[in-house]
Amino acid sequence: MVEYAWLIPLFPLVAYLLLFVLGRRAQEGIVTAISVLASLASFAIALMILSDVNANGPQEPFAFHWLTIGGVTLSMGFEVTSLNAMMLAVVTFVATLVLLFSKGYMHGDKRYPVFYQYLNLFIFSMLGLVISPNLLQVYMFWELVGLCSFLLVGFWYYKPEAAAAAKKAFIVTRIGDVGLFIGIILLFVATGTFEYTGIFEAIQAKNFAIDWISPESLITLVAILIFIGAIGKSAQFPLHNWLPDAMEGPTPVSALIHAATMVAAGVYLVARAFPIFEASPDALMVVAVIGGITAIFAALIGLTQNDIKRVVAYSTVSQLGYMVMALGVSAYTAGVFHLMTHAFFKALLFLAAGSVIHAVHHNQDIRTMGGLWKKMPITGWTFLIGALALSGIPPFAGFWSKDEILLGAYASGNMTLFVLAVLAAFCTAFYIFRVFFMTFTGSFRGEKEVFDHAHENGSVMTIPLVLLAIMATVTGLLNSPLTNHAFEHFLNKAGEVGQIHTPEVWLMGLSTVVALLGIGLAYLMYKKGSIKPESVAGAVRPLYNLSLNKFYIDEIYHFVIVKPFVGIGHLLNFIDRWIVDGIVHLFGQGTFVGSLGLKYSQNGQVQTYGLITLLGTVILIGSAMLVIGGVR
Amino acid sequence: MLSVEQFLTLAAILFSIGLYGALTKRNIIIVLVSIELMLNAVNINLLTFARYGLMPAISGQVFTLFAMTIAAAEVAVGLAILIALYRNRNTSDVRDQDLMKW
Repeated sequence: MVEYAWLIPLFPLVAYLLLFVLGRRAQEGIVTAISVLASLASFAIALMILSDVNANGPQEPFAFHWLTIGGVTLSMGFEVTSLNAMMLAVVTFVATLVLLFSKGYMHGDKRYPVFYQYLNLFIFSMLGLVISPNLLQVYMFWELVGLCSFLLVGFWYYKPEAAAAAKKAFIVTRIGDVGLFIGIILLFVATGTFEYTGIFEAIQAKNFAIDWISPESLITLVAILIFIGAIGKSAQFPLHNWLPDAMEGPTPVSALIHAATMVAAGVYLVARAFPIFEASPDALMVVAVIGGITAIFAALIGLTQNDIKRVVAYSTVSQLGYMVMALGVSAYTAGVFHLMTHAFFKALLFLAAGSVIHAVHHNQDIRTMGGLWKKMPITGWTFLIGALALSGIPPFAGFWSKDEILLGAYASGNMTLFVLAVLAAFCTAFYIFRVFFMTFTGSFRGEKEVFDHAHENGSVMTIPLVLLAIMATVTGLLNSPLTNHAFEHFLNKAGEVGQIHTPEVWLMGLSTVVALLGIGLAYLMYKKGSIKPESVAGAVRPLYNLSLNKFYIDEIYHFVIVKPFVGIGHLLNFIDRWIVDGIVHLFGQGTFVGSLGLKYSQNGQVQTYGLITLLGTVILIGSAMLVIGGVR
Repeated sequence: MLSVEQFLTLAAILFSIGLYGALTKRNIIIVLVSIELMLNAVNINLLTFARYGLMPAISGQVFTLFAMTIAAAEVAVGLAILIALYRNRNTSDVRDQDLMKW
């Protein structure tokens, strides 16, 4: 079965090409049918492969010769490991539901077929990335994923914010891509191969050197460079700021970007290249610290945001921070497990948020929502499940994976990281329930007319919600003591990666209590109203402003990076316009002005011309005579 | 017996007179005549070398005949142009024929 894995990315690609041929006027129903069927077919194969890998274990990568440059042979191919078998299933599952959901959400959009083209291309790119057995191929798909996110974030390009967000997403992630690219090239120079297997073998055999750097520093450098790629793609601090802005795209895109494609790519890459990181404790430390900072940092920002999608976006950044931190403290299984559970409950939260936004006429400000529970019970219930999963309340999925990450952080002995992670868990529970209470309970604070029109969306939108809600509830059990840590055994089939810790009951209790405290505080502030949010904000006004303005990161970047670069741009523009172009224009203008004067020598008197010709001839012959020395 | 130098000197003198006339005379007919003079000076040169040159050959005389024929045709065309010019501009002064300029 595994040898058919290449079909998985192929189906979305075929769907993309078909939609491309059908063009912009294709019927919405046909477009959706093609996309969903293709994605469903991929999902079916992914499931079969998953069960195959579960039964028989991972297999050798399949590769074919691509091209030879000098003495170097490059190959393309595909591989199936426990990790990417899991990813394939998750991506195709979420993608199918997002495609279905978009039918309701994007209904009536003028560029509906184009939207589906992009989505299919996006899914293809991500699946291709996941299935790649070598870093070169990964990089190609990596860039394709970046391109698709650019196209989709800027899908409503006529909105200036969307166009700016698309540019920002592209440029900020490119910064990371450069790091990744340098890392890949260094790896290639050091080992002579792009294949994961070859690179891991070389590292294990310490057959890994470039003359200008010691092997230990080299491996740390390479690991950090690859991690920089992941920082960009997975929106880790300090390159996190594109992700919340990417909320300008249509909500199904946000769900896809946040759950299955794009941001998962960074974490996936770190997980896939984990042996490189494992070989360098320093690099792991960097990964863990960046992850921890991101987790708490984004959670703090999330506390005060008023845009429903932005809160969920910051929660993504925060959760990605968790995953990265887990990988950094060698809790490999926990990180990957959280990647999976997060995909389900984050897709769920986004689609539920999309459902809300759709119902209230594309308004995203939670200050003008409220009391929507009665109007849209399915969305309410599913959002609640997603929120509980995100907060880490047992038995929902997020609880099990987050608990394992906390355990990993605790076991690593780095108490600062552990405390940060627990704090972030508290903030997470608080902000997501703040959104929940402000959106679904109380009374509607917007225009009455909008509220009267709000109603539950059709089944294309609710079915994905319900399916995702089920997944967000049960997938956590895959790696719980109840199932004897089945996921862990599955993931470590090909040999143990990272460290695995036995669960601690007190830690489970702690994380639950912390989450409940967060929910309780949100309840008191936004449902019961016994603590006034305004008075809390007033008491810590500077901190509140700091959080509301996202720690002024965008402003800092604007002044520290954007402005100087714009300055350099102006300078270069000046040089190009006035010095480089100036020289060229000087010649042109000089010739022109010279001709203006010289044209008066053309007086039309044929006898003058004749005389000058004669003089010229005499001078020519005279000088020739001088040179050859007279008549011979 | 005349020497080569004498023939060539004659040709040079004729050519110089023709050149002088072509460059200085105001009457357009005289200019045309001067040009003919230069042509004939060249013809004399050709004939001289055909007879007394390092490699005497009949081709020099043939060339001269050609040149004379062409010159005759050229004069016919030139005179026609001159008449047309005169009819148009009512002058035969070379200095007035200065339309070909900026």
